[in-house]
Amino acid sequence: MVYVPPQEVEDVHLHDPDTFMTKYIWSQDHKVIAVQYSLTAIAVGLVALVLSLMMRLQLGWPGVFDFIDPESYYQFVTMHGMIMVIYLLTALFLGGFGNYLIPLMLGARDMVFPFLNMLSYWVYLLSVIVLMSSYFVPGGPTGAGWTLYPPQAILQGTPGADWGIVTMLASLALFIVAFTMGGLNYVTTVLQARTRGMTLMRMPLSIWGIFVATILGLLAFPALLVSAVMLLLDKLVGTSFFMPAIVSMGEQLDYSGGSPILFQHLFWFFGHPEVYIVALPAFGLVSDLLSTHARKNIFGYRMMVWAIVAIGGLSFVVWAHHMYVSGMNPYFGFFFATTTLIIAVPTALKVYNWTLTLWRGNIRLNVPMLFAIGFIVTFTNGGLTGLFLGNVIVDIPLSDTYFVVAHFHMVMGVSPIMVVFGSIYHWYPKVTGRMLDDRLGRFHFWVTFLGTYAIYFPMHYLGFIGVPRRYYAYEDFDFIPESAITLNENISIAALVVGAVQLVFLYNLVISYRRGKLAGSNPWEATTLEWQTPQTPPAHGNWGDTLPVVYRWAYDYSVPGAAKDFLPQNQPPSDDAPVQEEDNLGFDSTDPASGGGTREDA
Amino acid sequence: MSILDKPWMAERSAIDNAVSGGSLNFPKARVALIFLMAVITVLFMLFSVAYKMRMELADWRALADPSVLWINTGFLILSSVAMQWAVSSARKGKAENVKLGMALGGAFALAFLIGQYMAWLQLRAAGFYAAGNPANAFFYLITAMHGLHMLGGLVAWTRSTARLWRGNDVADVKLGVELCATYWHFLLVVWLGLFAMLIST
Repeated sequence: MVYVPPQEVEDVHLHDPDTFMTKYIWSQDHKVIAVQYSLTAIAVGLVALVLSLMMRLQLGWPGVFDFIDPESYYQFVTMHGMIMVIYLLTALFLGGFGNYLIPLMLGARDMVFPFLNMLSYWVYLLSVIVLMSSYFVPGGPTGAGWTLYPPQAILQGTPGADWGIVTMLASLALFIVAFTMGGLNYVTTVLQARTRGMTLMRMPLSIWGIFVATILGLLAFPALLVSAVMLLLDKLVGTSFFMPAIVSMGEQLDYSGGSPILFQHLFWFFGHPEVYIVALPAFGLVSDLLSTHARKNIFGYRMMVWAIVAIGGLSFVVWAHHMYVSGMNPYFGFFFATTTLIIAVPTALKVYNWTLTLWRGNIRLNVPMLFAIGFIVTFTNGGLTGLFLGNVIVDIPLSDTYFVVAHFHMVMGVSPIMVVFGSIYHWYPKVTGRMLDDRLGRFHFWVTFLGTYAIYFPMHYLGFIGVPRRYYAYEDFDFIPESAITLNENISIAALVVGAVQLVFLYNLVISYRRGKLAGSNPWEATTLEWQTPQTPPAHGNWGDTLPVVYRWAYDYSVPGAAKDFLPQNQPPSDDAPVQEEDNLGFDSTDPASGGGTREDA
Repeated sequence: MSILDKPWMAERSAIDNAVSGGSLNFPKARVALIFLMAVITVLFMLFSVAYKMRMELADWRALADPSVLWINTGFLILSSVAMQWAVSSARKGKAENVKLGMALGGAFALAFLIGQYMAWLQLRAAGFYAAGNPANAFFYLITAMHGLHMLGGLVAWTRSTARLWRGNDVADVKLGVELCATYWHFLLVVWLGLFAMLIST
């Protein structure tokens, strides 16, 4: 029997806050939780930023800074990587933007399980505290590299092998619990709590990206949990899940017969989807930024949706391309190279659609738009080097060189961060009611954008000439030329500048909160529901007495015949606000200069 | 909704405007439970894959599975049956039977957990230590993970049962009872799969 949805959405019972504590600390309001998630993620991300600058100090001027020894260098590497990927990007995109945007963009009053949502944040905070406690345990944090490969991760000689690795694994387990609680909330809210008229195919792409990324997270994080639990047992109980028979420091250890490769498979079965857990929300958010600031509907909406879903599915069958040099069967490598190249197809479609969205758009080069365009360029760059590394035969000589460092920082470091910044500039006015300072924003964009290119472009060259990654000191090797050392100095200078300019961004966040220009409810003249709330910032419950009713899709920009160049999703059809009768969105079919004729939509 | 629908067109718009309510015809809590069960399925599948891969290596020595596991499996089946009885009683509105069913379901689940702990003690007594062999380690790990999920279920069970005992209307508690039962059946199926894997290797 076909399920016929009811006409009206049931109203939800809200947990009304009355004291300061329940309003801002133990809050169950998705907007407060989103801000809590975001601020925690940004704070811990700043720690990771400082760690990266410490690494650059050592690499740029080897031996000059006494406080950096090999041990601490590896601790910087490990903590930087893990924090950036998990505790900053995953938490910020899903816990931060997901929490804020899902109910608002879908016309809901809150998440469907507000208490669980609150619990999710506090367990996340606990995981961050446990992670940071690494710095206060004997031996300091683990220096095993963010992949935590056994056997070295838990053997003497690796920094933090006694305590640091335990706090790291415990923190990851807590994070996974927190994420699962949040994730169940996000998917259920997206599926079950949309307002009247908000069909799945009317959802903004931000929601699609967050939704699919959440499903990926729910299905991928168990692999990290399994590997973390088993590694923890190898460490604490002396089991041999992953630990082979091994002689360490001249002593035969009690381990025998375990398989380090098994860990790698489990880790990357999580680790590769994790790339898309970060990338898909970025894809979604940037689509909305581009469409809004280009005053044009997103090109190929349906293709964008299905590409997100296809990328999500494919991301589970490419993991072993991180393991080409682990001694795998060549046919195995061939299979994973093939799937890896296939995933480039939907990804490239998305890039084409973003650029085609810009084509003949009425582009407003606002700060969010600058970051969005910066994202397209950076992501394309990083994606193209992925084609090199995805092929086994090209990957092998480039493996473990700076080429890899350049690739993944471009594609999943700088690109998502571009979207994070763009999205903060875009939604800050809704969160606080005030605009971020425009001039500071432009300054922040240009220094960050050009600066990151000054950092990561030369690393491709370092990789080509064979400079290995993860080396603490590399100045006394014959195969590394002098030019690599001066280049590293240049990269470090660029990194310090980019690091410093983030202070301008923080200053902007703080100063604009009180002094920023008042934003009004819809400063960017956007169509999606979060800009149509009765109050800005939205009040508890978001919508006042009645929920919005949706009459159109999320991208009615520059509709021919409309009085304004944007039609909010909750605006009923009328003479001034038509709904498309003919399929020629954004194009005047009589004007050959605008592309002419009816566009065959994707 | 299909790949061919054009959400921006007037024709489609008229259809979409009338749509309201959830995508799935389930209560929200059930939707969340379905996703939770998917997550747990992936978790145990990964443990099983790791088990199979580790098993192939040379140092694997199968352990003598304690016979108490068969009794425990019986308890778990009884637990599921009792929970199902509670559900059908709740649908018929028979409050006393719901209470009895829930109480029995919880009691059998507890018996299962105690039995699993007994199995651990027997293994230890027989010298099968976790650090001794990966087969032992996997046995402890997999049974512990399954037991933890059972304990999590008992937390939800406690909430629903407490509401029953406080005299809430059966209709109010019905969803909680149904969700508990679904989760119980799910954990039974997971256990049967794990048990089959453990005794066959």
